[in-house]
Amino acid sequence: MVDRKNNRKPDELRPLVIKVGVIKEADGSALVSLGKTTAIAAVYGPRTMFPRHMQISDRAVLKTYYNMIPFSTEERVKPGPSRRSQEISKVTRHALEPAIFLEEFPKSIIEVFIDIIEADAGTRTAGINAASVALADAGIPMRDLVAAVAGGKIENQYVLDLEGKEEDITQCDLPVAYMPRLDKITLLQMDGDMSPEDIKNIINLAIKGCKIIYEKQKEALREKWRIK
Amino acid sequence: MAKLLRREREVVLPGEKIIESMDYIPGKNCFREDKAIISKKVGIVSVQGRVISVIPLSGVYVPRVGDMVIGEVIDIQTNGWVLDINSVHEAYLPLFGITRFIDITKTDLSSVYGIGDTLYTKISHISGSSIYLTMHDPRAKKFRRGMILKMSSAKVPRLIGRGGSMINIIKEKTGCKISVGQNGILWVDGENVKLVKRVIDTIEKEPHAEGLTEKISKMLDEEIKKKSESDKDGG
Amino acid sequence: MRIKDEYMINLIAKGERMDDRKLDEYRKIIIEKDVVYKADGSAKVCIGDTQVLAGVKMSVGAPFPDKPNEGVLIVNAEFSPLASPEFETGPPKEDAIELARVVDRGIRESGAIDTEKLCITEGEKVWIINLDIHTLNHSGNLIDASALAAIQALLCTKIPEYDGEKINYEKKIKSLPVRFKPVVVSVAKIADKLVVDPTLEEERVMGTKLIIATKDNGNICALQKMGSEPLDMNEIETAFKIALEKGKILRKLLS
Repeated sequence: MVDRKNNRKPDELRPLVIKVGVIKEADGSALVSLGKTTAIAAVYGPRTMFPRHMQISDRAVLKTYYNMIPFSTEERVKPGPSRRSQEISKVTRHALEPAIFLEEFPKSIIEVFIDIIEADAGTRTAGINAASVALADAGIPMRDLVAAVAGGKIENQYVLDLEGKEEDITQCDLPVAYMPRLDKITLLQMDGDMSPEDIKNIINLAIKGCKIIYEKQKEALREKWRIK
Repeated sequence: MAKLLRREREVVLPGEKIIESMDYIPGKNCFREDKAIISKKVGIVSVQGRVISVIPLSGVYVPRVGDMVIGEVIDIQTNGWVLDINSVHEAYLPLFGITRFIDITKTDLSSVYGIGDTLYTKISHISGSSIYLTMHDPRAKKFRRGMILKMSSAKVPRLIGRGGSMINIIKEKTGCKISVGQNGILWVDGENVKLVKRVIDTIEKEPHAEGLTEKISKMLDEEIKKKSESDKDGG
Repeated sequence: MRIKDEYMINLIAKGERMDDRKLDEYRKIIIEKDVVYKADGSAKVCIGDTQVLAGVKMSVGAPFPDKPNEGVLIVNAEFSPLASPEFETGPPKEDAIELARVVDRGIRESGAIDTEKLCITEGEKVWIINLDIHTLNHSGNLIDASALAAIQALLCTKIPEYDGEKINYEKKIKSLPVRFKPVVVSVAKIADKLVVDPTLEEERVMGTKLIIATKDNGNICALQKMGSEPLDMNEIETAFKIALEKGKILRKLLS
């Protein structure tokens, strides 16, 4: 049986915290913490897209920016985009696009900014979870929320939500983003060397985790509007 | 008759099923998928006859023809003015949309409306993402003094209330002149501007609360009482 | 002038503000320490709705040639596009650079950090203090919030273990030697009145701002005038008084 920190079971998520509306100036915002990984997402838009030649005449352009703050990791991260953050920005955009009714806002841009405040593995999935809630908070029309989590395999055991040091010993790191109502996967990546059977099983495990996160996302959105 | 999966006044979320029935049709902010009607936004369910809609709790202002909006002039072009109306796109007030006759060969358009001027104006027509305004309405005007406040356009209907019930109470008790833009921009003039701001903040937090009009009315009575007592004590 | 700007200016001319504060009153201030666990020191400051994070990461490097036995302080500020519709992605622009440099000067000139204690091998290796300021929400007065977060982050910074070759971030040895608590008070001039802790709307109508960093002993350790409207000596002296008085209050909030 694999030994996880804090006696976590293989299919157990880290403690999950979701807060809505944390950035006053933004049109929508959310904070998501999975254990010691924390992401804050802010949404601005839809607003007119400039320059005009980049506008799409029948829908909105979605732009996502993933960024790690310098003191989020053990070794300081130099501010500014890296190749890694640009790639993550792109896959994050593809993870969120299917959920949004972009066609309701021609010639406009919706911007999602994700800042990783603390990084202890699973930052891109925390970012997607926060971005999804922030988009809903901004009143952007969506088909469904998007939840995300990573799976792996350690010592012959499939594990959910890799944390910190687990990233170094896992046989694979497999982040998944998922729209539960539609049962559709919007982000799928893998680092590792695995059989297709293993991968299928890990994806299913990740989907289980996404469904739990999805309920928490909804709870957090409802909590904002609870009459006190 | 199918049962609503989400009760009226309950908060519904994007992707949540409101009802599973072909007897109803999806109105604003919801869509049909197979037999179900599903919400697109965070909002409150509203049923009117056979139409199910979601009244959103947030979201950018989407202009509708006939809406009165408050906008700020941000650019002057050859044949009109460009206004920021707190929406996705800017709006355009063409020359023929103003009530004065202008000879453009002799008049500088900025002498009519200059950059930074705030206007109460009407959406006259929309063509794609082009929004056209007009001042041809008895309510339309350029504001000369007073304060501009901003709120979520999604909650303007709540601020106005049924038949104007809420906004009239606010105007009466604060003694302020208030013009409400459907785009969430408000103009307020009077002695109690700050009080109006507090009322707006309260409505923004709980637009879906029961008895909100009562609560606001009571709040205003208390505040006015407090103010007059402190004025008596020399302030 | 926009009617909103005119209204705000008239209000302040009467000595009033939209949120009923006095002209020399701060909004509610909340300081949280050690908010980012991977940082060697961190703090989050909220002044009203304005939120700023500051974090410290210690590293080892070469000292400056003219100060061979002193540690090095590097201050950087990022105006995250999260924090305001006006902020864009990209490298820091002049406002962010100015903020970082002003915060840096306040700390450096006050001698707050005993940099000689950060020497490892003279002329070769010293501790480098990387202080990063990250704005989360801009509702006015970023500078005071940033400076407060910066000094609080430094105050709770722990130096990691260094064996001569590698830093072991998991083992913290001792606290950063911080001797003083410099704080920054921004005094804005609006309608001939001096105003403390301007909101975003108030910043839009201010003519100029005087940023004053003060030290525990009542000295001023940095000054920066921002904005184009001129000030006379009276206003400057009054601003000093305000900054010293309010500085004391801010300093008491640090731990």
